[in-house]
Amino acid sequence: MTHTGKPGHDLTGDETGAPEPEGLDARLVVDHGTFRLDIALTAAPGEVVALLGPNGAGKSTALRALAGLAPLTAGHLSLDGTELDRLPPESRPVGVVFQDYLLFPHLTALDNVAFGPRCQGATKAQARATAAAWLDRMGLADHAGAKPRRLSGGQAQRVALARALATGPRLLLLDEPLAALDARTRLDVRAQLRRHLAAFEAVAVLVTHDPLDAMVLADRLVVVEHGRVVQEGTPQDIARHPRTDYIARLVGLNLYTGRAEGHTVRLDGGPTVTTTEDLTGQVFVAFPPGAVTLHSSRPTGSSARNLWRCEVAGMETHGDQIRVDLTGELPLAADLTTVAAAELELHPGAEVWATLKATQTHAYPV
Amino acid sequence: MTPADTSGAAARTHKGTRKGTGPRRRRVGAGGGQGVPLPLLLPALLALAFLLVPLLALLVRTPWQSMPEQLTSPVVWQALRLSLVCATAATAVSLVLGVPLAWLLARTEFPGRGLVRALVTLPLVLPPVVGGVALLMALGRNGIVGQWLDQWFGISLPFTTAGVVVAEAFVAMPFLVISVEGTLRAADRRYEEAAATLGASRFTAFRRVTLPLIAPGIAAGSVLAWARALGEFGATITFAGNFPDRTQTMPLAVYLALQSDPEAAIALSVVLLAVSIAVLAGLRDRWMTAS
Repeated sequence: MTHTGKPGHDLTGDETGAPEPEGLDARLVVDHGTFRLDIALTAAPGEVVALLGPNGAGKSTALRALAGLAPLTAGHLSLDGTELDRLPPESRPVGVVFQDYLLFPHLTALDNVAFGPRCQGATKAQARATAAAWLDRMGLADHAGAKPRRLSGGQAQRVALARALATGPRLLLLDEPLAALDARTRLDVRAQLRRHLAAFEAVAVLVTHDPLDAMVLADRLVVVEHGRVVQEGTPQDIARHPRTDYIARLVGLNLYTGRAEGHTVRLDGGPTVTTTEDLTGQVFVAFPPGAVTLHSSRPTGSSARNLWRCEVAGMETHGDQIRVDLTGELPLAADLTTVAAAELELHPGAEVWATLKATQTHAYPV
Repeated sequence: MTPADTSGAAARTHKGTRKGTGPRRRRVGAGGGQGVPLPLLLPALLALAFLLVPLLALLVRTPWQSMPEQLTSPVVWQALRLSLVCATAATAVSLVLGVPLAWLLARTEFPGRGLVRALVTLPLVLPPVVGGVALLMALGRNGIVGQWLDQWFGISLPFTTAGVVVAEAFVAMPFLVISVEGTLRAADRRYEEAAATLGASRFTAFRRVTLPLIAPGIAAGSVLAWARALGEFGATITFAGNFPDRTQTMPLAVYLALQSDPEAAIALSVVLLAVSIAVLAGLRDRWMTAS
């Protein structure tokens, strides 16, 4: 497995199997009723890994297992060469930023951050000094005396991050760190969080179902579905070569599998797609919804190599675009402008012809 | 009984009383679809009268002129002071022992937990006199524990002020335990998990996070327990007897005075009624509406 460390980070020790392995090396198996989580997870110090997946995929369970809040059924968990799987949560060098932060409501921001250092044996004065320094670093020095309910969502998030970092963890866990924020604050907080994560020298693992958060914040994505890792790689790699429907939809691509013979791919569903790549064997074919053109009758003069007859199953607005959900010869999503949608008189059940240029498709081996 | 229940009951009574005299009654006369049917209204009003008339009668018959004199008489004053001291001490005992028990019931799994919980609530429904007899069998001079207390430490609890505290705590503690356990169950356990990830042991998490979070529930439970202890009669008279200035608490004094000095009995009763109303008001305004 290749680690995509931060630029300038020295990974040689990790890759040559030096006597003191650094970073996270885990295989997490957790049985939860009929659900089974079974994922392998490694990360180098300084690396930010995002567990990306739909709700119920087991991401949060993985996080709880890493923190020691959910026991491992099997597997192992080592951090910087130390086995953690038998240790209770309070003995693990792990910091957690919870989804809704869980700031202690009866304590001020300062005392929330000082809580960890206090538990580690610092005196009250020492702990408060540490906490004040962290709040200052987060730009929250003015809010040190505020109770959590008086903090905005973005401020609470930073206090939660400061609280988790104040114990000096070797593994930082973030559970949907931006999910509790409204769209406006999210943008700011995401940028700030990215800065803080970039400055964090140990391993950070964040859990999210938002591909944008994952791609902005993480160096490497691990996509989890149904308790399994289905794909991992850099954000760029995953965006370009999605290997499951879920990821394809996340990154806004139509994705199919089929058998390629030269420039033609016969899809598992039946129809063929003409591509520019020259491949043989099992392949993925992907194309963005914006590349699809719709026509109300069979087009005659189109230069597009791909033509399918479809039926409108549904429509929804996406900003100034309309995403049309199509069934028929090939189920696909198409994006068009509101004007185009009006001219085509689209409505659920309407028959349309979809065309797609071969140059807009992207085929890659399975 | 949980504090939430009490609050609900208190709020309902309050509203009900107001509606009985307010616009709701006019609607009854109008006979609209929303009106209250007579077969329900009559018994309801009767119930209300049944509950309120005795209290009214008490206030009507109270010798208001001689009240100051009554309340400063040595017997009344002694009983009042003893009651307050013993009820407060019993509440303190209940807190020190009951909160950990509530935590055990709410936060741990052990075999027979359901049975233990049922046994804890037993004194809630047990006739207090039976509780007093049971305490004598346990802590009396020949009781299964009491004989050792007597032999080893020379401690004898029956018929002492400490015995009053024991009897009151026995009856009052379940109120506190059940109330606090309910609050603990309703409290978000994830705060304790957050504390654990910050390095807090389970006890530290309890002390620094859980306890402050459930403080309103503990306060409500304490008030319930205190009020129960203050009114305790059966277990007290059985286990601790009825000695002025030593074990004669207000309820005991009221009962005794009723035969010799009815005016003193009424005066004491009014004081206890006032305390009860204060407790109810305090519970509703300070803790119930806040949470």
